[in-house]
Amino acid sequence: MSARRDPAGGGGTMKNCEYRQIEPQGLGTPNAAPPPPAGANDADTRAKRRRKWEVFPGKNRFYCDGRIMVARQSGVLPLTLGLIVLTSCLFFVFDCPFLVEHVTSCIPAIGGALFAFVIISLLQTSFRDPGILPRATADEAAYTEKQIDDSASSSYRPPPRTLEVIINQQVVKLKYCFTCKMFRPPRTSHCSLCDNCVERFDHHCPWVGNCVGKRNYRFFYAFIVSLSFLTAFIFGCVTTHLTLRSQGGKGLITAVQESPLIVCFFSVWSILGLSGFHTYLVASNLTTNEDIKGSWSGNSGVQNTVNPYSYNNIFANCCAVLCAPLPPSLIDRRGFLPTQESPPAAQPQVELPVFVGKSDLTVV
Amino acid sequence: VRPSLQDLRQQASIAAKVFVQRDYTTGTICQFQTKFPSELETRIDKQQFEETIRTLNNLYAEAEKLGGRSYLEGCLACVTAYTIFLCMETHYEKVLKKIAKYIQEQNDKIYAPRGLLLTDPIERGLRVVEITIFEDQSNGRIEGR
Repeated sequence: MSARRDPAGGGGTMKNCEYRQIEPQGLGTPNAAPPPPAGANDADTRAKRRRKWEVFPGKNRFYCDGRIMVARQSGVLPLTLGLIVLTSCLFFVFDCPFLVEHVTSCIPAIGGALFAFVIISLLQTSFRDPGILPRATADEAAYTEKQIDDSASSSYRPPPRTLEVIINQQVVKLKYCFTCKMFRPPRTSHCSLCDNCVERFDHHCPWVGNCVGKRNYRFFYAFIVSLSFLTAFIFGCVTTHLTLRSQGGKGLITAVQESPLIVCFFSVWSILGLSGFHTYLVASNLTTNEDIKGSWSGNSGVQNTVNPYSYNNIFANCCAVLCAPLPPSLIDRRGFLPTQESPPAAQPQVELPVFVGKSDLTVV
Repeated sequence: VRPSLQDLRQQASIAAKVFVQRDYTTGTICQFQTKFPSELETRIDKQQFEETIRTLNNLYAEAEKLGGRSYLEGCLACVTAYTIFLCMETHYEKVLKKIAKYIQEQNDKIYAPRGLLLTDPIERGLRVVEITIFEDQSNGRIEGR
């Protein structure tokens, strides 16, 4: 870097050599591996290094060293998985042999493909970060508070904890989140079960054991659509089987063979209904949260509210919701915490070599 | 030695932090406001700052762009039951790497010589561009703000 005189020079000339010693490379990207610590305590610092998921403030649980995450109350997910797997197994064991013989041998293949797709979509929905926003750092929170205080003293009309923005000629109110200490971006909502702000918050699904938000909505949609096909398929096949079978019989075996029918009969209507509802939401680029609250249907009493996020074209909305580029996880759960004891946000992150001889202070 | 080192770092390093907020006028895509913060008036040109923010905005728009390429990626991912993301980097991630490189380059060339430091917005949840203003250390004096 060449030393340059700053022409603007507010408070006198600045010795640029002082600033050259700042190492911006030290900060790096969050996913880069931290540089090896300089100094004597190599083994100690490396052994004590923790990942960010270990100090994550929300109510989530992490597995596989932060690769997989679920909500804390994931109680019904095993039930969902169990029901799907059990019903499908009974179908494969009891109905497939008969149907392969009497109808066509494609039946197990189609069933198998659907089953695999359902399970993979379910796991993708449950284990992915739904679009959690990391909480504001201490500096950022202080800056926001200052902005709120400044605006409150100058004008009394808007309540201090909301911010109005204009999106596509529509006025949208952004609320302040007291837990995350920031103004929530549009379409973001705070999930009380997970204690996180989630982008494009749809709903918290107990069956899936996770919030459904921006990053996992397409998997959720794929899950319910494929599940409706699977339940309808199993229902149809089992009905065909029982109709074609000559012998009757009311033994235990028959009851077990008929159980997929019963499970599917009761679930197919609700799942088909849910798929239909979400297809409507996708086509109009709405979230369940917005639909329930009636944000854009004029229920709030304000005239002429339209959904500012909709492209007013069903195809464009579907593409935007389901085929948009998948945003990255913002919480960086596998990143390393800095080695200082205090929370990373409050401390200056940059090492000034002019002061440092042999130091074990490292930069993440 | 260590406590005084910390004190010296705290005293000598950070004067203030400015947070450039998100601009939501075009929707939920990631864009930052180009309004020039008053705290930076003495440190950097308005045009330079706006140029940086505008380039960042263009890069983020490229990351979230809906086009033939993103649809193809989406369909391919759907067909492979999204397992393709285990071995392939998404388009968004590729652009994020470009952004990280750009910010580093801007810091090296323009901001560090002026005693400023840009923090990559991804480290702040894509909510703000944090600009750290460092103390002027000319003549060995600590200049307060």
